[in-house]
Amino acid sequence: MLSISNLHAAVEGKEILKGLTLDVPAGEVHAIMGPNGAGKSTLSYVLTGRQGYEITGGGTTLDGEDLLALEPNERAARGVFLSFQYPLEIPGVPALTFIRTALNAQKKARGEPEITAPAFLKLAREKAALLKIDFDMLKRALNVGFSGGEKKRMEIFQMAMLSPRFLILDETDSGLDIDALRIVSEGVNALRSPDRAMLVITHYQRLLDYIKPDRVHVLAGGRIVASGGPELALELERDGYDRYARAA
Amino acid sequence: MSLATALRTRDVTELPGKRDEAWRWTDLRGLIRVLPAPSERFEGDVGQGPFDRLADDHHVLVNGGEARIDVAAGKKALAVLRLVSRGAGAHASRVTVNLAAGARLRLLESYESDGASLAQTTLVIMLAEGAVLERIVLAQDHEDAVSVSQADVLLAPTADFGQTVVASGSRRQRIETVVAHPGGRASVRLDGVYLLDGKRHSDHTTVVTHTGVDGVTNQLVKGVVRDQARGVFQGRIVVNEGADRTDARMGHHAQLLSDRAEVDAKPELEIYADDVSCAHGNTVGAMDEDALFYARQRGIPEAEARAMLTEAFIGQVIDRIWFEAARRVLRTWAGKRLRG
Ligand SMILES: Nc1ncnc2c1ncn2[C@@H]1O[C@H](COP(=O)(O)OP(=O)(O)O)[C@@H](O)[C@H]1O
Ligand SMILES: [Mg+2]
Repeated sequence: MLSISNLHAAVEGKEILKGLTLDVPAGEVHAIMGPNGAGKSTLSYVLTGRQGYEITGGGTTLDGEDLLALEPNERAARGVFLSFQYPLEIPGVPALTFIRTALNAQKKARGEPEITAPAFLKLAREKAALLKIDFDMLKRALNVGFSGGEKKRMEIFQMAMLSPRFLILDETDSGLDIDALRIVSEGVNALRSPDRAMLVITHYQRLLDYIKPDRVHVLAGGRIVASGGPELALELERDGYDRYARAA
Repeated sequence: MSLATALRTRDVTELPGKRDEAWRWTDLRGLIRVLPAPSERFEGDVGQGPFDRLADDHHVLVNGGEARIDVAAGKKALAVLRLVSRGAGAHASRVTVNLAAGARLRLLESYESDGASLAQTTLVIMLAEGAVLERIVLAQDHEDAVSVSQADVLLAPTADFGQTVVASGSRRQRIETVVAHPGGRASVRLDGVYLLDGKRHSDHTTVVTHTGVDGVTNQLVKGVVRDQARGVFQGRIVVNEGADRTDARMGHHAQLLSDRAEVDAKPELEIYADDVSCAHGNTVGAMDEDALFYARQRGIPEAEARAMLTEAFIGQVIDRIWFEAARRVLRTWAGKRLRG
């Protein structure tokens, strides 16, 4: 599904990703762990096409297509979704309006018919109930005045509504209490399927108790420096990143 | 110096220009070397105005003339006022609006031109005690037109005056509102939106003078300027000595969407009273690129994401309009302009 090969990327002339190689096949969940400043968020922005991230080498394909050549919205229409580490506020645009605009734009790009207003509202009510989101909150301007935890929950709500194929979760666990973490993880797990894949970025092992990864990778110094099964996350939790930081 | 005098005397040296402090950003003297010939009477069909369907009482002035709208004590009214320019001549219009005690009026006003006309409109608006007027202005002039609207608003205590001007600019466009505010629980809203592209120019000038205690003025003006267009905001609130317990708020916020776009802003609060509550904010910035990326990451194409964010930005002004049907007309109008 997603294949990153020898990816180099720079921000403001400073190289942050230094030859990152990673394959995430369809049906799998891969975790990326690493110390602060390792380049985890940088990777998520490079994959989604944020301005200011310059690709200086290597490449990435999604189902064989050159992902990095596409506009951010085209990547979204192909099914790439990023749950932001710091979700943005959209003043004046109600959450439901924003999500319906996004969903219909994706459908249009894929040549599918738009979703009708009643069908959209029905879907929204269903997903909001699953994620224990108060429906009235969806009528408010997206993320404006929301707490950190509410913003993360809104990310997962958007994910549930858009049903993407390749999911990137950037520190989705930060700012969540244990109840919220469980609800959010259930929302993510509901999207696990043989034709989807996920990249779960986290600093802590805690999230991986709920979203069980098939593979765990350590990102340090802009590279994958170790890969293993779920036991690697436990080892990192116990021993920390020092060993890998030095290796990088 | 005034455009009205220049049109009456046919003397270009009467035009306001750079040397007049209040006109330094909208220099008519420097722009107009020769006054266009006086406009001819126009007998043809002027088509539909933007608010036609919202009211039955229509006042249409084409190439100048006079109109008078009176609302008797305690009565409610809804009126459309169209100031239409046809052709490339010069003309002036005069409108009087008079609300007796407790009268209520929704006034839906539009400026419409189709060429390089030079138009001046004088409005005299009077509100007696307890009268309520909501004045909605849509200035959708032709890009070659020069259009100046000047309103003098006289309020009695306990009157309530709400105004929202939505403007798309023209070669030179100026909407000026001067309010004599007596305090005494009279209340004023003086909002505006400008949405400019190409080489359009729009000037929002307001002066409110508080002369008595317990007056309220609330102003929110927002502008979005792209290409080589230019927005001007001159907002002045004067609180005279003794006009205590005045509550005055002024906000002007503009977004520049290109390097060559320009906004000139002069917000002024002149306070001579001791006990007042005043606040003002003035910002000129760019569109929030992070919010734009966020919207695009969700699948919204760039042009639509920009239109959506701009719509939301100015929507906060439109939302303050009391008359819901007018709100809808203006939202639709803005949506079309942003996607046009
Ligand atoms: N916009 C930016 N401008 C300058 N430096 C940046 C920017 N974004 C990230 N960096 C730098 O890139 C490195 C990696 O950051 P980031 O990807 O956020 O790390 P992580 O998410 O792993 O904590 C850090 O050294 C950070 O300072
Ligand atoms: Mg990060």
